[in-house]
Amino acid sequence: MTTATQPLHLRLGMTDEEHESLLALLGREPRPAELAMYSVMWSEHCSYKSSRSHLRRFPTEAPWVVVGPGENAGVVDLGDGWLAALRIESHNHPSFVEPYQGAATGVGGILRDVFTMGARPIALWDQIRFGPLDDPKNRYLFNGVVSGIAGYGNAVGVPTVGGEIEFDPCYSGNPLVNVMCLGILRREQLVLGTAGTPGTVAILLGRATGRDGIGGASVLASASFDDESQEKRPSVQVGDPFEEKKLIEACLELYEKGLVVGVQDLGAAGLSCATSEPAGRAGVGIDVDLDAVHVRETGMTAPELLMSESQERMMAFVSPDLVDEVLAVASKWEIDAAVVGVVRAGETLTVRHDGHVVAEVAAASLADEAPLYDRPMRRPDWLDRMWAHPAHAIDDEPSEVLLRLLDDPALGSTAWIHEQYDHMLFLNTVAGPGGDGSLIRVRGTDKALAVSTDGNGRLCHLDPRAGAARLVYEAALNVAVTGARPMAVVDNLNFGNPEKPEVMWQFRESVEGISEACETLGVPVVGGNVSFYNETDGVDIHPTPVVGMLGLADPMPIPPPRLSRAVEGMEIWEIGPAPSANLAGSAAQRVIQGELTGRPTLPDPEMARQVIATAVELAHSVPVLHDISDGGLAVGVAEICIAAGVGATIADIDTGQLFSEDPHRFIAVFAPGTVELPEGPARRIGVIGGQTLTLGRSQPIALDLLAETHRNAIPRRMAGA
Amino acid sequence: MRTAVVVFPGTNCEHDVVHALTVLGGEAELVWHRETDLSGFDGVVLPGGFAHGDYLRTGAIARFSPVMSEIERMAGQGRPVLGICNGFQILCEAGLLPGALIANRDLAFICRFVDLEVTDTDTVLTRTAEVGQRVRIPLNSYEGSWVDPSNTGRVALRYVDDPNGSQQAAAAISNDEGNVVGIMPHPERGVDELLGSGDGRALLEGFLHSLVPA
Repeated sequence: MTTATQPLHLRLGMTDEEHESLLALLGREPRPAELAMYSVMWSEHCSYKSSRSHLRRFPTEAPWVVVGPGENAGVVDLGDGWLAALRIESHNHPSFVEPYQGAATGVGGILRDVFTMGARPIALWDQIRFGPLDDPKNRYLFNGVVSGIAGYGNAVGVPTVGGEIEFDPCYSGNPLVNVMCLGILRREQLVLGTAGTPGTVAILLGRATGRDGIGGASVLASASFDDESQEKRPSVQVGDPFEEKKLIEACLELYEKGLVVGVQDLGAAGLSCATSEPAGRAGVGIDVDLDAVHVRETGMTAPELLMSESQERMMAFVSPDLVDEVLAVASKWEIDAAVVGVVRAGETLTVRHDGHVVAEVAAASLADEAPLYDRPMRRPDWLDRMWAHPAHAIDDEPSEVLLRLLDDPALGSTAWIHEQYDHMLFLNTVAGPGGDGSLIRVRGTDKALAVSTDGNGRLCHLDPRAGAARLVYEAALNVAVTGARPMAVVDNLNFGNPEKPEVMWQFRESVEGISEACETLGVPVVGGNVSFYNETDGVDIHPTPVVGMLGLADPMPIPPPRLSRAVEGMEIWEIGPAPSANLAGSAAQRVIQGELTGRPTLPDPEMARQVIATAVELAHSVPVLHDISDGGLAVGVAEICIAAGVGATIADIDTGQLFSEDPHRFIAVFAPGTVELPEGPARRIGVIGGQTLTLGRSQPIALDLLAETHRNAIPRRMAGA
Repeated sequence: MRTAVVVFPGTNCEHDVVHALTVLGGEAELVWHRETDLSGFDGVVLPGGFAHGDYLRTGAIARFSPVMSEIERMAGQGRPVLGICNGFQILCEAGLLPGALIANRDLAFICRFVDLEVTDTDTVLTRTAEVGQRVRIPLNSYEGSWVDPSNTGRVALRYVDDPNGSQQAAAAISNDEGNVVGIMPHPERGVDELLGSGDGRALLEGFLHSLVPA
């Protein structure tokens, strides 16, 4: 808790020790504006001070990586002069305090990260997690977040083509709202966040600066929640998608005309970040004139101007002879623009306000001298107790279990969500929401980009290292079944309070798991985000790393595999290792048994690589490929039946194996004798046909009931029933 | 034959419309909303999006954009004028089509394929179609429910299963002359089977066939 009687640095979220090191760095007391800048730049959210040392573990290199972690977005080479830019970010805390604006500004922020690189944003994916929908508060948060994503994404004109949904009590006090964005660009349009050389002019583009979002990164995003968190509402920014749309078009025109040296978006830490980071990267200093900043309220102080997180703003670094041309483009798109700074030789960031120098510090020090913590780690002692109690077997009727799973809001149809999102704009969405990976074509080429985003808090709670590795393999298999080869990962690491050794251990283990799996597949991590302090009243969320996998299909299979292409008489095959009956961490364990015990099945790196390669190969000839994940084989087959409007008969398989989520498996459906399967484990498990789904000796389920149960899982809960 | 595709700040379907018309053999060009001379064009499309942020009310600000007087002139001269989604809302606000678009019956944004039935072939959008012909194209709107207290709008296409509460289940309407048409679903999103449907071609081909030299 903070009070007005505390020293200023504590109120700004800076510890006494960090304040001491700032005094040592400057050799004097910081001025108020300087303290404001350091407090946000040294926040957990901006500086990654608890995670930085661990993130170095990630493999980040591959011949196709053009820009790795550290810039606004990762960039990879698609061949033939095309590049893709991608980034993922969280807006967890703002979305709990104000769900609509929190989610909306999360979308706005991730778009800016991508078009800052010179790319046109072409698609968004949202990964959202809430507490159970029987609690009205969770329904309010869920509805608000979906509305915010729709309200901003639809209006800004970037399609939301997929994502992920999960419900678990651990997210009741702390929902997770992650968003990933993909952009494409021609190689010559790539722009970096550099301030350029002395004489370069800094032009602030976009919305006027106000008092919204002050301390968003430090006071809100880098602290835990308690009963007084609702008082932090003024720290949430307010978004305006119309301003963002104009800003996107104006920036793309600036890039196309070659008018900028570098660009940096104004997100967390606002002007403090957008001046110091580009100057630091370029090894130059910069003079900033706060009186030139266009504002929408009077009387703002220098610290407020420097910390404001007002949305829809961009800093362009421009050669002095091109300033008029840049201002003309801004004027055409009806956005405000102001010359607010000039790059200087040396390394000093000098800020003036009301004619006085209010800050004079080494530009690079705001980022480079940030504290770095080696926080203590401890393996949680409850982990062995969980592992000592293997998951119970399910003795219910398989058909009943299947219907209960399809009625679960995390496994049922996502139509209630994705039909509120424009997921078709730009005419590129070959495979949209509701399936495995999304498939987005690159027009004018034979290429398509596949993306899958995957997280699983329960798996990672039971085994953070193996769980995180399995996410990478699952995401890779999801893009593989669309015909794409996995090529790059971005990750969003959502964790509890890093000051607790158990949370820090979970974090380290997850980073290790992601790294190992990425190394196995030869896929680099090109960017990411860390969200700590996801705890409310001392209770941490499950460790929830989310992996966003980008794959390239070149050429794209036409037509690509689709669940709806299953027809009467086709055979159903399960490709990959035969599953165990271990249900630890599975959806069946959660929904049917309501417990969380046991140790999930470990991934098999060699098998993962082989199965993924098989899927990529088969995607060019097999009409239906479907990853086996949440709900296991039974739910996978049911999803095919629902999408294709046809029944199926499945062999008499052990109930545990029907609902097992053991990794590295997918379903292939094809007419008998039409496909030669590559070497590797595979078994024929059934046949497509009829108007019922029959699981072995279990009672057949009518297709209508299957479809209706699946369709109503979310709507019936949102209706309060 | 050249078609102007008007871009307001906030418009977002302009490139899709140009792509669809081009694929069908038409010639389409983007025109900024401040343009005051469309004399080189034979027809005009107002694409979907959020013109001027849809502030105040959908289409309410766009109707005052400089380009609108040229669109009124072309409409009056019998040239094909097509408003899609937000463009439909703008044409209603501008008084070139009767009625108005209000929030969907269920107060939620709807983005999905819908089935339509052609009810009138005497319009620039439906002239190459047949009465009773079914087309399946995507709907993508929040203010998509058409109401017309004047009861003067001619329904060109209706929803087979009305998703948003439109009067007469209207999905597309025209003026008396049939040269000004507003459609709420997106024909330009239905020109490629790979994306789910090629049914929009029948409508946009009708529009292209309606163009005659200026």
